[in-house]
Amino acid sequence: MIIPKDKISNLSKNLSQMNEVKGRSLWQDAKIRFFKNKAALFSLVTLLIVLLFSFIGPFFATWSNEEIDWSVLGDISTLGYPSIETGHYFGTDELGRDLYSRVIQGTKISLMVGIIGALIAVIVGTIYGAIAGYFGGRVDSIMMRIVDILMSIPYMFVLILLLVIFGRSIFMLFVGIGLVSWLDMARIVRGQTLSIKKKEYIEAAITIGVSHFTIIRRHIIPNLLGVVAVYATLLVPGMILTESFISFLGLGVQEPNTSWGALISEGAGTMRYGTLWQLLFPLFFFVICLFSLFFIGDGLRDALDPKDR
Amino acid sequence: MIKFTLKRLSVAIPTILILIIISFLLMYSAPGGPFTSERPLPEQVLKNINAKYGLDQPMYIQMFNYVRGIVTDFDFGPSFRYKDRSVNDIIAQGFPVTLKYGTWSFVIAVLFGVSLGIIAAIKQNTFLDYFAVGFSISAQVLPNFVMAPILVLIFTLWLGWLPGGGWEGGKIQFVIMPVIALSTSYMASIARLTRSSMLEVLNSNFIRTARAKGIPKYKIIFSHALKPTLLPVISYLGPAFVGMITGSVVIDMYFSTGGIGLHFVNGALNRDYSTIMGITILVGCLTITFNLLVDILYAWIDPKIRYDS
Amino acid sequence: MKKIFSIIFSVSILAFVTNVYADGHKHPVTGELLADDQTFTYWALDEHSSIDPQIVEDVSGSDIIRDLFEGLLNQDADGNLVPGVAETWSANDSKDVYTFNLRKNAKWSNGDSVTAHDFVYAWQRAVDPSTASPYSWFMEIMSIKNGAEAISGDVLPSDLGVKAIDDYTFQVELTASLPYFAAMTTHATTFPTHKGVIEKHGSDWTKPGNMVSNGAYVLTEHVINERLVRERNPMYWNNDDTILEKVVALVIPDENQGLTRYMAGELDKGPVPTGQFKKLKAEYPDQAVSFPRLCNYYYTFNLSDSGIEAFQDVRVRKAMAYAIDRNVITEDILQAGQIPAYTFTPGATAGFDVPSVAFSKMSQDERDARAVELMEEAGYGKDNPLSFTMIYNTSEGHKKIATVMAQMWKQKLGINATMENTEWKTFLDIRGKQDFEIARGAWCGDYNEASTFLDLLTTPSGYNDGKFTNAAVDKLMTDAKTAGDSTINYTTVERILAAEMPVIPIYHYAGVFMLNKQLKGWPFDNVEQNWYSRNLYKIAK
Repeated sequence: MIIPKDKISNLSKNLSQMNEVKGRSLWQDAKIRFFKNKAALFSLVTLLIVLLFSFIGPFFATWSNEEIDWSVLGDISTLGYPSIETGHYFGTDELGRDLYSRVIQGTKISLMVGIIGALIAVIVGTIYGAIAGYFGGRVDSIMMRIVDILMSIPYMFVLILLLVIFGRSIFMLFVGIGLVSWLDMARIVRGQTLSIKKKEYIEAAITIGVSHFTIIRRHIIPNLLGVVAVYATLLVPGMILTESFISFLGLGVQEPNTSWGALISEGAGTMRYGTLWQLLFPLFFFVICLFSLFFIGDGLRDALDPKDR
Repeated sequence: MIKFTLKRLSVAIPTILILIIISFLLMYSAPGGPFTSERPLPEQVLKNINAKYGLDQPMYIQMFNYVRGIVTDFDFGPSFRYKDRSVNDIIAQGFPVTLKYGTWSFVIAVLFGVSLGIIAAIKQNTFLDYFAVGFSISAQVLPNFVMAPILVLIFTLWLGWLPGGGWEGGKIQFVIMPVIALSTSYMASIARLTRSSMLEVLNSNFIRTARAKGIPKYKIIFSHALKPTLLPVISYLGPAFVGMITGSVVIDMYFSTGGIGLHFVNGALNRDYSTIMGITILVGCLTITFNLLVDILYAWIDPKIRYDS
Repeated sequence: MKKIFSIIFSVSILAFVTNVYADGHKHPVTGELLADDQTFTYWALDEHSSIDPQIVEDVSGSDIIRDLFEGLLNQDADGNLVPGVAETWSANDSKDVYTFNLRKNAKWSNGDSVTAHDFVYAWQRAVDPSTASPYSWFMEIMSIKNGAEAISGDVLPSDLGVKAIDDYTFQVELTASLPYFAAMTTHATTFPTHKGVIEKHGSDWTKPGNMVSNGAYVLTEHVINERLVRERNPMYWNNDDTILEKVVALVIPDENQGLTRYMAGELDKGPVPTGQFKKLKAEYPDQAVSFPRLCNYYYTFNLSDSGIEAFQDVRVRKAMAYAIDRNVITEDILQAGQIPAYTFTPGATAGFDVPSVAFSKMSQDERDARAVELMEEAGYGKDNPLSFTMIYNTSEGHKKIATVMAQMWKQKLGINATMENTEWKTFLDIRGKQDFEIARGAWCGDYNEASTFLDLLTTPSGYNDGKFTNAAVDKLMTDAKTAGDSTINYTTVERILAAEMPVIPIYHYAGVFMLNKQLKGWPFDNVEQNWYSRNLYKIAK
């Protein structure tokens, strides 16, 4: 299919202009408020540094993430410790592979999992929940029973089937995570919507004949964003760890690639055997990123709170 | 409300039936069966086993017989994996365990989480707030598969205060560590949701009005702000409670508690169809019940909420 | 007498047919001071599938059943046959009719006598299609008359070739001459069960309180996925010699957690996680134990049509086998006394002489050099690298070995091996359907004899997932069944395997665990690891 390029660029220009015109009051304000929030800003910078590290880090690595250092293999607890001399800045894992390179590579995967998973949850969950809550009645009843069912089905079989039918890939990992991550979000959003839609300004909007779609988009969703932002950050650690479970079933990340979840669980398994660095380095990255995400979430909540405007 | 409840309960039955059908389809499409093993069984032996468990019949008949067994005798069938035990036995043994440590975890998570969240919100940007936020983030980012072995190391190996696992009918010393490991991350989530929700409510017009009227702060918080604050928290608690009382595989694995969390995961890995179905139905019933309770609580919190369209 | 199997279970009745003295503080034979608390607590990774003798299929369940029930014969600490319920036994000259004379003082835990009828009932139950025993095939390979026919429902279970000549004489008729038949009666499937109890309680008969058993212990508590407790059975005919009062199995699905709890003193027998043996041995030399087991670990090429072209070339297969430095795997990764494998059959197998196959004699450098040559001959190299995927089921240990193998291939031969793990049942499904290129495999011997391993690589074998076919191997293995001395057949088969390399043997297992130094009597020399709690005891500190 051939689409004229200039048309596309025109279209996108129009779209972006549209957003700007409509969004200025809300988004612009939010941006200003967000950047005034020191904790959130600091967290954003930290997160960016970690992200940057995952791209620049490999240039300083002396070992790849899959190479085995045969000289330390077999006696990791005395030879595999973190050291500048051996080039293993973070030490090695149980197989003598460089933990520095592995953490960097795991950072990419896990951040992607966390962020994409949260995005799916936010987008699908918010829209689904807002529609169910706003229309109520039969629509709500059916949509929420679907959520009840999806919350109860044996999720592991869904993952195994995804693997068998579509084979393993990073994309399927996101499908696997995306399938469940939005359910709780949808319920929370629906609950809030039920309450919001009875507010005077919504009823006023309905009376003057504003379309349902516009009401949801212009009035309901902006009022939900605070809760959504906070809840999204609560979901991230769970998703990053769910990834290692999905990989256990064979759908997700495969060796020699790794992720924070896999590294932390390996490190936790061996923490008593004198190789504590195997837990601490990946855990450190996991923790600082989650801290950052939480403050960013709070910052977003404050910034997006329409009542503060 | 009674009419609403009855209506919802009548929808529950078809919902569970759909859940059963979907789960059956999922399970039977997954590769491998309950009697697939490293040493494939001789054909005749496999035939006998399939005949005994009714697996030689078409799936719709199996499904029909299964549902009939539940309806007429409340019989969930024999376990395909633990051949001396029926699914009724397994659930009767495992569910009370999970229910006990799950309920304790829930109570503790809610009590501490909500209090922590309220304190943090009232004392926003003070030391107390930072402590509460810091604590809740740390509790949430420490995965329970890291926390569980650390607890055992400290309380069992080093201090010798608590047994490292087991259940023994749920004596207090066996319950403490599972409850700590399970409740902390929920507590943290609840605290953060409460905090942000409370901040949002405190910023709203009606609270500002109340304040302007000179109503004492504690009174504002407990008689005006608390209810709306809890709205998103309660949406979260429904599924969270089901999650806690249907167990955590990590808790059952690390503390050998014998709860149904491990039964569910092992059931899926072993393709123990009947056990998975039994637990799925249990989870489904609980999900439906608690989501109904949550909806009833909504109406109590915000009397404006109506469930007709 | 013609010997089919080179091992013969010699009948050695243990010397200690003595009584524990009333004060009970000294071991009657060794004179060691006994501990006051005679409780043995051991670690189990998984819940057993059943404790019904005719249904059980896993090792952990069989361990429990050997305590709760007693069959015709038992094994001693070296794996030799010793009397159980049967005091003496004999076979006719053609070794197809076996007669067991039962002791008259054997009792069920409810006081009933154990009679030949109980064995008849149990054996008929094992082949009854309505029992649907996953181990009914064991009765089939015991070659009992009408065994296979009863399983397939062609004859009634009551037509099985077993009968009680009188209350204390049990006779079995076989369809073939089977010199090792008596040894097979140490297997749990053949243990007696109490008809009255099973008929009364149905499938609930194995619950504590319902169960009636004839072993040295009775079941007192069972919580799935948590614990199983068995306690001394005062009705057991040899109760006086039982020293341990109570045996507890604790299910702890995580090895590291199991070790922590062992260290905390909650277990008398605990696990050794992969790669920790060396350190534990250094720290606790009298507790960390390791001994050879009858199991192998290998990777199998898919040689069927669905496999890849490159693996049809024996040079590629050989090169890949040569390039694996097994010492790195056994000494640096597993570290627990596992034995590098160059043959399919473990050297510990009775009557098996480990043949010196071509590549076992070389040094690793020589093997590596030869591997490079072979790959070049086959037309693969840095500019034309070989690529394939290797599959294994998810496990920390398998992952480590796969990673190291992939790296060795990559560094030495420039091979790109993609690792893929899946959960167990999916893995079995994929491997069983030949939907793979190279797959992990492992096999534990059903009995202490090389054919239990080598039969796997014959054409008709149901376990030959790589679909290797070699007429010479098939013939040698068929001949071995009837040959007087089959040792030569087995070594020849191993030589063919080394030349054809349908599988890459990696290592042979070691039994590794932590054992409380107070606990004595563990049968380390019993290669099948059939242990009986009544032979164990705890000495005072």
